Amino acid sequence: MRTKEDKIFDTVNIVFMVILCVFMLYPFLNQIAISLNDATDSVKGGIYLWPREFTWNNYEHVFEKAAIWQAILTSVLRTVIGAGVGLLCTAMVAYAIAQPKFIFKKSVTIIFIMTMYFNGGLIPTFLLMRDLHLIGSFWVYILPTLISAFNLIIMRSFIEGLPNSIFESARIDGAGDFRIFFKIVLPLSLPVLATVALFVAVYQWNQWFDVFLYNSSNPNLTTLQYELMKILQNSSTTSSGDMASAFANSASGDSNMVTPKSIQATMTIVASVPIIMVYPFLQKYFVKGMTLGAVK
Amino acid sequence: MASESNSVSSTLNKEKQEKAMKVFFRKCKEQQALLWMTVPFVIWVFVFKYLPVWGWTMAFQDYKPAISFSEQEWVGFKHFLFLFTDERFLGVLRNTLAQSLINLVLGFITAITLAVLINELSNMKFKRTVQTISYLPHFLSWVVAAALVSSVLSIDGIVNDILMGLGLIDKEILWLGVGEYFWGILGASEVWKNVGWNAIIYLAAISMIDQEQYEAAKIDGASRIQRIIHITIPGMKSVIVVLLIMNIGYILEAGFEPQYLLGNGQNVEYSENIDVFVIKYGISMFNFSLATAAGMFKTVISIVFLFAANSLSKKLGQGGLY
Repeated sequence: MRTKEDKIFDTVNIVFMVILCVFMLYPFLNQIAISLNDATDSVKGGIYLWPREFTWNNYEHVFEKAAIWQAILTSVLRTVIGAGVGLLCTAMVAYAIAQPKFIFKKSVTIIFIMTMYFNGGLIPTFLLMRDLHLIGSFWVYILPTLISAFNLIIMRSFIEGLPNSIFESARIDGAGDFRIFFKIVLPLSLPVLATVALFVAVYQWNQWFDVFLYNSSNPNLTTLQYELMKILQNSSTTSSGDMASAFANSASGDSNMVTPKSIQATMTIVASVPIIMVYPFLQKYFVKGMTLGAVK
Repeated sequence: MASESNSVSSTLNKEKQEKAMKVFFRKCKEQQALLWMTVPFVIWVFVFKYLPVWGWTMAFQDYKPAISFSEQEWVGFKHFLFLFTDERFLGVLRNTLAQSLINLVLGFITAITLAVLINELSNMKFKRTVQTISYLPHFLSWVVAAALVSSVLSIDGIVNDILMGLGLIDKEILWLGVGEYFWGILGASEVWKNVGWNAIIYLAAISMIDQEQYEAAKIDGASRIQRIIHITIPGMKSVIVVLLIMNIGYILEAGFEPQYLLGNGQNVEYSENIDVFVIKYGISMFNFSLATAAGMFKTVISIVFLFAANSLSKKLGQGGLY
């Protein structure tokens, strides 16, 4: 059945896909190799996929700092609390606006959807946070992004798709809306809850700008992404910095020294490993949410 | 006669209104649980999303943080006039449009191509592996992505190594230090980060195509490429049109993270877009009024574009965003 043309096409296609995978993965694998390679040796270049002089030294150096543990704690807390609280609030509003009889169904929906089109902008938002005394507080990470209109629509579409008879029979049995929401809708909505929880968790984990904006002078509210961002901004575009410090290292003969290059690589891996570990197992929920949101 | 019937109808109207009010309040009482579920969040959305818009008044003032609203000095369109005569801001505007256009064109072509090619893979396991790997960069933060990009493009990074090895350049290039390369680097970074993710929607569209069409084409002797051109791509047409229109609506929203993180003193003439301009003027130089004016300009134009895009999409019978 397969013609010669088919075979050529398939071969070219598979080769292309392999190249694509290398293109996607290489930068990441390269950073892993550099983070596991001796810092002074890395400066010589030529580290690609495998460390030349293997060492845990860079990781030891990074995890020695107290700031990193604070950053990990804040990153984990904002991810867990942000996803948990955000999920509950989004689901509640989604349930209400999915009820055909709700008198404010339309107005509440529009009020939320409008927020997809505009925002007050950086400075007015910053001043609002100042007036609400949220600057210098952990809640500035959670409160401003409590509900996203996009996630709300995904959830509403899902709840609207649940069979109406379930609600009816629960109502006949005398269950109120809160009871129906917690006992029936939430358990039935697990797939969409997982999707939205993941969207929020990834957003929270990856966020650095609000730390920069509101808590840059607050070392106990720093996050991993923000610490990496500071390293990135400090390293100049040339590698002369690396060279200088590397020469200094070899002069002093201290093999435990690190360079900006190896620290940046190590922090990059530390800041992204949790996501890399989790996403392959949860991708089907992501894809479902993505297509669900787009169909709307 | 006329006045009589008027008064009759007005009392009728009044009765109707009262009745409507009664029904309304009764319903509110009946649905109080739903109200408890939404009212706190409606208040939240007003405070956090709508209230900041009031801050746009700053764009028409010489805003000073220390004094109250009534004491602020109103200056009309001064800041807008300054922006549109400022050479730096005109450059910023050019960068915003150029970056968006490059991202738009590159993003579309690569995502559609990838979706078509993934669809042609017959080994399910390989197909799933490719997809999983292609999503990976989407889940990384822009900070991580920027760190990876700057490392790959550094003096001793792989890009220079390959080009030197092939003899295409005879001296390493400091890629992020040359302004002219920035748009291309940004476009490539965006493709690297999002192509796999953006292909999802096209793959979903392809999966809706009737398989019988392919069978029929095969029997008629259509080649693989012909089937792609005449069945797969037309099958994605409506999705492509909707996404294209919506993306044009977002043309001024080029993002700020990669520009801010990869931007430096050497490429600033090409990297700085409206959002980065707002951050620099607002946060670093404390010129709140000018920064707000620039941000407001962007948002207002975006809203106009988005509504135009949305109604255009509806008119073409493709369904809008809402």
